[in-house]
Amino acid sequence: MSSAHVVVPVRLYVTIWLALVVGTAVTVLAAHQDFGRLNTPIALGIAVTKASLVVLFFMGVRSNTSLTKVVVIAGFFWLFILFGLGMSDYLSRPWLGVPGR
Amino acid sequence: MHQVVSTPVRQSYLDAPYGVAAWLLTKDHKRIAVLYMISIAIMFSLGAVFAAGVRAELLTPKGDLLSADMYNKLFTMHGVVMVFFFLVPSIPATLGNFLIPIMCGTKDLAFPRINLLSWYLYIIGGLIVLATAVNGGLDTGWTFYTPYSSQSSPTNVTVAVFGVFVAGFSSILTGFNFIVTVHRMRAPGLTWFRLPLFVWAHYATSLVMILGTPVIAITVLLVGLERALHLGIFDPKVGGDPVLMQHLFWFYSHPAVYIMILPGMGVISELVAAVSRKQIFGYGFVAFSSLAIAVIGFLVWGHHLFLSSQSIYAGLVFSFISMLVAVPSAVKTFNWTATMYKGSVTWESPTYFVIGFMGLFTIGGLTGLFLATMGMDVALHDTYFVIAHFHYIMVGGAVMAFMGGLHFWWPKMFGKLYPEAWAKACAILIFIGFNLTFFPQFVLGYLGMPRRYYSYPDELQVWNVLSTAGATILGLGYILPMIYLTYSLFKGANAPANPWGAKGLEWTTASPPPTFNFEAPVVVDEPAYNYRPSGEVIVG
Amino acid sequence: MLTGQDMIGHADHPHHPRLQHHFYSMEQQLEASILGMWVFLVTEIMFFGGLFMAYIVYRTAYPEAWMASSHELNVYMGGANTLVLICSSLTMALAVRSAQIGSRRGQIINLILTIVFGVTFLVVKYFEYKAKFDHGLVPGPHWDPHEVLANGSLAPLSLPLGSQIFFSLYFIMTGIHAAHMVAGVVLMLIILVMAWKGRFSADYYGPVEISGLYWHFVDIVWIFLFPLLYLLGFHFGGPPV
Repeated sequence: MSSAHVVVPVRLYVTIWLALVVGTAVTVLAAHQDFGRLNTPIALGIAVTKASLVVLFFMGVRSNTSLTKVVVIAGFFWLFILFGLGMSDYLSRPWLGVPGR
Repeated sequence: MHQVVSTPVRQSYLDAPYGVAAWLLTKDHKRIAVLYMISIAIMFSLGAVFAAGVRAELLTPKGDLLSADMYNKLFTMHGVVMVFFFLVPSIPATLGNFLIPIMCGTKDLAFPRINLLSWYLYIIGGLIVLATAVNGGLDTGWTFYTPYSSQSSPTNVTVAVFGVFVAGFSSILTGFNFIVTVHRMRAPGLTWFRLPLFVWAHYATSLVMILGTPVIAITVLLVGLERALHLGIFDPKVGGDPVLMQHLFWFYSHPAVYIMILPGMGVISELVAAVSRKQIFGYGFVAFSSLAIAVIGFLVWGHHLFLSSQSIYAGLVFSFISMLVAVPSAVKTFNWTATMYKGSVTWESPTYFVIGFMGLFTIGGLTGLFLATMGMDVALHDTYFVIAHFHYIMVGGAVMAFMGGLHFWWPKMFGKLYPEAWAKACAILIFIGFNLTFFPQFVLGYLGMPRRYYSYPDELQVWNVLSTAGATILGLGYILPMIYLTYSLFKGANAPANPWGAKGLEWTTASPPPTFNFEAPVVVDEPAYNYRPSGEVIVG
Repeated sequence: MLTGQDMIGHADHPHHPRLQHHFYSMEQQLEASILGMWVFLVTEIMFFGGLFMAYIVYRTAYPEAWMASSHELNVYMGGANTLVLICSSLTMALAVRSAQIGSRRGQIINLILTIVFGVTFLVVKYFEYKAKFDHGLVPGPHWDPHEVLANGSLAPLSLPLGSQIFFSLYFIMTGIHAAHMVAGVVLMLIILVMAWKGRFSADYYGPVEISGLYWHFVDIVWIFLFPLLYLLGFHFGGPPV
C-alpha cells in the first residue's frame, strides 16, 4: 500500500509547515542561550524532529510500504556506523597515555 | 551434456533489432550485459599489461628496466583499472545484468534506461582514467593516500579521481536497479526462498554498492577539491588529518572487496548445484551468509589502518570483527563441499573452475585471518603477503568464479557451445599459473619484501622469478578463452536450451533467449535447485 | 494479472499509455519508482554522510575554531534560506497533491512557487558566498580573514587553528548542497513543462512524486547544515558547546 492512494488534506501540510517554521525559530533561540554541553544535543534533537516531520508527512513515508520505511531507517543507521566506529578511533586515541597522542 | 544440434528458428535478443544504434541505445538488459562484457574484457587486458610491466621489472633485484616513476605509475594504473574498472563491475554488470531478470522470471530490470546509463558512465569514467594514463600517468597507488595525492604528486590526480567518481555512479546505478528488481519484480510464486542463490548474492552485493560507493565518491571528490582548490581538508599544516582520508576511503574500499567476491560466491553456488545435480546443502544458511557478509563487511575497515595513527583500542575492535566476517564465508565453503559430497558430480569444465575456486579462495580467506590479527599485521602490513592474500581472493576467487560463470552460461547467452577440452585446459593452466605467481609472494611477504618497491635484496630473486614465470603462464591461461570463446561464436555447435541439464529458470528458455526472456508468463511452484522432485522433502 | 500478451512484447492490449512494458501494472511501476528513488536517496545520505563525518572529527578536535568561525557566518541569510526551503517543501508537497487529485492549475502554481523558492535560495547563497570572498574567508592561498567592525570598516581577524578547515567544510558542504539545489530546480522545470502539458493525473503522477522526494531530501540536508554551521557562534569566548 503506497502513498498512491492517500491524498493528504492541505490543512495537514500547512500544520507541518508551521511546525517546521516554529522549529527553526526555536533552534535559533536555543542557540542564543547557554546550555553548556546540552546546546548541541538540543540543536540536533530539533533538527531530527524537523527532518522526521518532512520524511513522514511531506515525503509520505507514514503511508508507504514497510519496505520503504526499512530503507529509510537503514540509510540513517549506516551513517551511524560510519560516525560511531570512525569516532571510536579519534576518541580512544588519548587513552593510551602516550605524550602527544 | 547433450550434443543435440538444433537450428534456432525464433528470433533471439541477438538478432533484432540490428545495427550499431540498436546496440548502443538498447534497453535490453541482455545486450547491456554484452556491452559490459566487451568493455570489461578490454579493461582487464589493459590492467594485465600494466601488471606485466611490474612483473617484468621484478625479475631482477635492481630497478633496471623501468624508472622508479614509471614503476609507480604502472602499479597504480594496474590497481585502479583492475579494482574500479574490472573487479567491481565484472560479474554484476555482465552475468548479473544478463541473468537476474531471467532468474526472477521477468522481462527486464526495473529501470532499463538507467541500466544503459550505468554502462555509459562506466565508459566515460574509463576513458577519463585512461586519458590520465597516457597524459602523465598516475603514481599515487590505487589508494590515493593524502597528502601525496592531494598535494605533492606531479601526476594528473584531479582528472583521475574524477574518472573514478563517475565510474562509482555506474556501480551505484547497477546496485539500485538490482535491489528494486528483486523486491518488486519477481514472478508469481517466486518467493525469496525460492530464488537462486545467485540472486541472493547479487542482492547483498547491491546493498554494499548502495551504502558504500557514495562514501568513496565524496572521498575522491575531497581529494580532488583539496588538490585543485587547496581547500585543506586533509592538510596537516592547517590542522587536517590524513588518516581521516584513510577512514573514509576504506569505509568503502573494504566493503568493495565484498562487492568483488559476493557475486563470485553466487556463481559458485549455481555451478556447484548444477555439477552435483543436488540441492545446495543449507540453502537458507548460504542465503543469509551473503547478507551477513555484506553487513559485517561494513564494520571492519579499520584493519587497513592498523599501522596508521589509529588508536589501538579501535584497532582491537576492528581486528575482532574482522575475524567474525570470516565465519559466513566459511559457512558457504562448508556448504558447497557438503553439496558436492554424495552428489552426482561430473567433470565438466565448470567443475574445474569450481574446484579451483574452492582451493584458492580458502587459502586467500585463511591468510586474511593472519592479516586481521593486529599483532601479525605489524610485520606483514604493506608486504607482499598482503598482495598475495588479496590476489588469492580476487583473482583465485573472483576471477576464477567469473571464468566459471562465463563458461557455464556462455551457451545460454550466445547459443553456442565452446570446445570442452580447451576450457578444461584453460582452467588447469590458470590454476597452475596462478599458484606459481602468487604463492611465492606469500613467502616474499614473510621474508619482508615490501609492496610497491621496484628493487629488493638479491636473495629474494628466486621467488620473484618464480612469480613472474607464473604470471606468464597465467596470462596465457586468460588469453586462451578469449580465443576459443570468440571462435565458438562463429564455429561452435548450436547450444540447446539446457546443455548442462541444470535446474533454473534460465535453462527453461531458449539459448539465446528471446528479447523478452520467456515465451509465456512465468509462474514458479518449486524450490530452487529442485533436482530430486520425486518424494523427497525439500524445504522452500 | 500477467497475461501472455504482456510477455511477448507490444501487443494491442489495453493499458495506460505511460505503462512501461516490463511492468505489469501502473501500481507496480509507481511502487518500483518510489522504492528506487528512496534507494537513491540512501546513496545521497551516505554521500553527504562522509562530509558530516569530517565535520564531526574536526569539530571534536577544534571546538574553539568551530565557534569562532561559525560566528563569522551570516545567521540572517542562513536562517532566511532555511525558511525559504521549508516553504518550498510545502509547495512541493502541495504540487504532488495537486497531481494526485488531477488539478493542473494546482500543479502549475505550486511547481512555479517551488522553483521560485529554490532560485531565491540560490540567490541568497550567492550573496553569502560573495561576502565570504570579500572578507577573505576563503581557505587556501587567499586565506586572509577580516571582520566587519561596528563602524562598517574591515579589520584583520585572527582565527584559531582549524578555522580554515571549518571554512573548507562550509564551502564544500553548502556548495554540494547548492549543486543539488540547482539539479532540483532543473528537475522541477522539466516537471513543470510536463504538468503544463497535462501529463499527470490521479492514475499517473509518479514523476512528480519522486521529484518531490528528491526535493524534500535536499531540504532535509539543509535542516541539519543550518544549526551545525551557522548557530555555534553565539557563545564565542564562553564554554565550548
